[in-house]
Amino acid sequence: MKPSPFAYHAPEDVDAALALLAELGDDGKVLAGGQSLVPMMNMRLAAPPALVDITRLTDLDHVTVDDDQVTVGATVTHERLRTHPDASRACPLLRQALDWVAHPVIRNRGTSVGSIVHADPAAELPAVLALLDGSVELRSTQGTRTVAGGDFVVGPLESDVQPGELATSVSFPALTASTGTAFHELARRHGDYALAGVGVRVDLDDDRRVAAVRAAFIGVADRPLVVELTDALSGQAHDALDTGDAVGHARDQLDPNGDIHASGSYRRHLAGILLDRAVCDAVAATTSTQEAA
Amino acid sequence: MTSELTSLTAPQRHQVTVTVNGLPRSAEVAPRRLLSDFLRHDLRLTGTHVGCEHGVCGACTILLDGKPIRSCLTFAVAVDGRDITTVEGLAAEDGTLHPVQQAFQDHHGLQCGFCTPGFVMSACGYLAEHPDAQDDDEIREEMAGNLCRCTGYAGILGAVKQAAEVLRETGADPRDRHRPGGATLG
Ligand SMILES: Cc1cc2nc3c(=O)[nH]c(=O)nc-3n(C[C@H](O)[C@H](O)[C@H](O)COP(=O)(O)OP(=O)(O)OC[C@H]3O[C@@H](n4cnc5c(N)ncnc54)[C@H](O)[C@@H]3O)c2cc1C
Ligand code: FES
Ligand code: FES
Repeated sequence: MKPSPFAYHAPEDVDAALALLAELGDDGKVLAGGQSLVPMMNMRLAAPPALVDITRLTDLDHVTVDDDQVTVGATVTHERLRTHPDASRACPLLRQALDWVAHPVIRNRGTSVGSIVHADPAAELPAVLALLDGSVELRSTQGTRTVAGGDFVVGPLESDVQPGELATSVSFPALTASTGTAFHELARRHGDYALAGVGVRVDLDDDRRVAAVRAAFIGVADRPLVVELTDALSGQAHDALDTGDAVGHARDQLDPNGDIHASGSYRRHLAGILLDRAVCDAVAATTSTQEAA
Repeated sequence: MTSELTSLTAPQRHQVTVTVNGLPRSAEVAPRRLLSDFLRHDLRLTGTHVGCEHGVCGACTILLDGKPIRSCLTFAVAVDGRDITTVEGLAAEDGTLHPVQQAFQDHHGLQCGFCTPGFVMSACGYLAEHPDAQDDDEIREEMAGNLCRCTGYAGILGAVKQAAEVLRETGADPRDRHRPGGATLG
């Protein structure tokens, strides 16, 4: 199908974009890579009266990496972030998750910030943001505010962006050598949205024993579901892991819906299998473990 | 305020000028014109096919500034001033097929041909960035964004591998129009 008519604006700088968004209010919608919005408009699930195309805002086309964090501007595509060597080094979970995001042709246009704002329950990056407690910077003509990663996604396809606001960037904390991460998922075809998936963050102590573990599940709830697993795993040696308790604890908290692609009980089972693999990979990925090996 | 808002939400028409297969092309379109329909209806370049219009099948894949993208998920107004390559931009002026097209023919990488322009453009974009491609799994993964309901994919995989080899021998950029003899002139 074809989208319904709309007015198109392509501002050249951020202030002009904010002025347009302020004036349009509920009638205005940001167009970034269009890889989620345009399918919804083609299917007439969305019919915004006006689009503000932000792809010409060169000010937002940046990936900045320092000792503390990786900051990604709103026009940076998935593929650009995925292949950014400094970003992958500072926060390996970005690359690990982005390898699963869509197909290369979609990644060439879809933006990482757009995917987080779009907040699909099966999308990888909103889970990364929630798991690592990153943050989102939002600007409007009223000023700038920062929302913590865990609070940003409020429901299925719903994030904390108000009419008139533009998400200008998203920041992810840089990880240290004693922290390891991994992302695992299963989809019918690599690049499709996952049936279930999980990102894991493990912190080891000085003796290379597990000190803290968190997981963020996708595709099994109406938004990324963060589960604390420290109690189930802490104190375990990096080379003698038993994930049984953690898998049981996580499955207890999951009650996914079934659909045409998979039943709820299969998704719940799958989530546990993926968690086991991801915890083992995350521990193996800590630099301190690699050096000891 | 109301009148100002009305003008901000009035779907005006826009003049869009792009370079398509090396030539400047221009048309006046409504904002809702998809790039796929702009190519097919306004520019009469019907080589780019349209299947699902939600990004899943890949039939509408073209190159935008040398990178493969879905033309059904892009508005024509949004690419004003940019450079586009479609499947019509590959074969040589005398009709000799481009190495990727030739490989699809050699390996029976097509039957009905509906998916073929999308596969060919995805392959050109992929081989430009991965000239060393030869691993079956990697090629499968890279091409997994395109659907074919006829061939069963084996012929397509074989075609991409052959094209990669031929392009390595000639050193040609797969995004350029084919020049028989192998040499690419600027
Ligand atoms: C076939 C296919 C497969 C896919 N598979 C996956 C997958 O496996 N995993 C995955 O995560 N994604 C997948 N995607 C979606 C893809 O990642 C999108 O790129 C992403 O969800 C949205 O980014 P975008 O830049 O395209 O945003 P758009 O489509 O332009 O916008 C999406 C929404 O976010 C809003 N928005 C975007 N940017 C901003 C901003 N800076 N400020 C305020 N609002 C903003 C828009 O108004 C809109 O409501 C897939 C898409 C397709 C077509
Ligand atoms: S028509 Fe564009 S992906 Fe199917
Ligand atoms: S050849 Fe018929 S769909 Fe691929």
